[in-house]
Amino acid sequence: MNDVLDVALRLLALLLAFLVLPLVVGQTEHKVMAHMQGRLGPMYAGGFHGWAQLVADGVKFAQKEDVVPAGADRRIFQLAPAVALLPYLLVLVAIPIGPAEGAVGQVLDAGIFFVLAVMGVGVLGSLMAGWASANKFSLLGGLRTAAQLMAYELPMLLTAASVAMAAGTVSLPGILDAFEWWWVPWQIVGGVVFFTAGLAELQRPPFDAPIADSEIIFGAYTEYTGLRFALFLLAEYAGIVVLCGLTTVLFLGGWHGPFADGLGWLWTLLKTAVLAFVVIWLRVSYPRLREDQLQRFAWTCLIPLSLAQIALTGVVKVVIS
Amino acid sequence: MSPAVHLAATGHGFLSPTGVEIAFLLVGIATFGAAVVTVTTRQLVHAALWLVVALGGLAVEYLLLTAEFIAWVQVLIYVGSVVVLLLFGLMLTRAPIGRSPDADSGNRPAALAVAVAAAGVLVWVVVDAFRTTWIELDKGVQGSTAVSGESLFRHWVLPFEALSVLLLAALVGAIVLSRRHGHDSGRGAGHGKEKR
Repeated sequence: MNDVLDVALRLLALLLAFLVLPLVVGQTEHKVMAHMQGRLGPMYAGGFHGWAQLVADGVKFAQKEDVVPAGADRRIFQLAPAVALLPYLLVLVAIPIGPAEGAVGQVLDAGIFFVLAVMGVGVLGSLMAGWASANKFSLLGGLRTAAQLMAYELPMLLTAASVAMAAGTVSLPGILDAFEWWWVPWQIVGGVVFFTAGLAELQRPPFDAPIADSEIIFGAYTEYTGLRFALFLLAEYAGIVVLCGLTTVLFLGGWHGPFADGLGWLWTLLKTAVLAFVVIWLRVSYPRLREDQLQRFAWTCLIPLSLAQIALTGVVKVVIS
Repeated sequence: MSPAVHLAATGHGFLSPTGVEIAFLLVGIATFGAAVVTVTTRQLVHAALWLVVALGGLAVEYLLLTAEFIAWVQVLIYVGSVVVLLLFGLMLTRAPIGRSPDADSGNRPAALAVAVAAAGVLVWVVVDAFRTTWIELDKGVQGSTAVSGESLFRHWVLPFEALSVLLLAALVGAIVLSRRHGHDSGRGAGHGKEKR
């Protein structure tokens, strides 16, 4: 009975984090972008500095009519948002937030592989949406999504492999247990590559050519309305949370920090929040990369860098062992 | 072989119905069904998506056999990359919504013969190799990353390296093939499409 209760509590906590954190990131994005651009952003919903803006947005989305285009492939069109969103919920299970034994949803032996594999599945949702909409802009968006995933999945895997080599394990809590402070400068190139490639996989600016609104309307999500569209947006923000959490765990030492025994979870959240801020900052600062620039950047810049990082990791590992 | 994987002691039938075995069988049936639909459906993109179900079902089977590492690699490589590549190819050439009556190539009997032969060989080899080998689920994980890595790089290094050379050859071959078309005009990618 105790086990059942334990599992239920964990799942509940995960679900709560999954529902709250993306909204926090979204609201932060509203406000941070506004202040960076000399505006105020949402100020009215909820009273205090428009804190309830996204709740209001959610209510609005829920009231809208759910339209399926006549020429669309109905079932796949309706299934796509779920395929895009659920993987990020699953990934949260494996991310450890504190040093204690129970501070992770489920300890997985091959945690890195689980996380990267499941994150890759999320892109299938965009592809399904792009194809099933029967709209040329959607199809173009889907194409760009697929091309982008294939280019950026490789550097992500390579840099994650570099961390796994450094730690000698592929389990996420195991990596954190092995972490030392000098790993941060040692793996910094890999960290930057991982974070950049992750941004591209989430299709965040400046890598948002697949949903470039000035060229192809909204890419694969053009035909979506109401709750299904909101689910795609939620997937994007859940993706930011997951990516920042993962970068924190793999490259920034997760819960390591002063008073880690008691405040480990706070360190994880803090580092994740700083990274999320960087994600928003990048959106405001950089113009969108053109499609060929995107591909060139991945194949001629990120992949050589990640290979160099692996070589460096191997050399240092041999020297110190 | 690790100690917990030993030849069957008495008392383990092939189908003693523990929960794991029932789950294994059910997932197997679902995977098989998805695979059959993949090759029989008339809608091209649906076939690719059913392939996702079949490959994912296979990953679940690996998980049930305690091979966690293999399971996630299966998802990462096949669902995350190969199927995305397939869908990309379909979208780049043509991906009609609805049925494509010209999807049948007329090689149906030959394909069926090859499939049955391949299945026969595989089933025979696997049954002959493992017969009554029994995995003790309670004695720790047998297919963990550490165990898989050790057996891969200690006992099976040569096949592993041979495979990587094979993949490298395929890679070089792909580059050569794509270059030949690109010589005369700058739009090598368009050529394959125009031939259809």
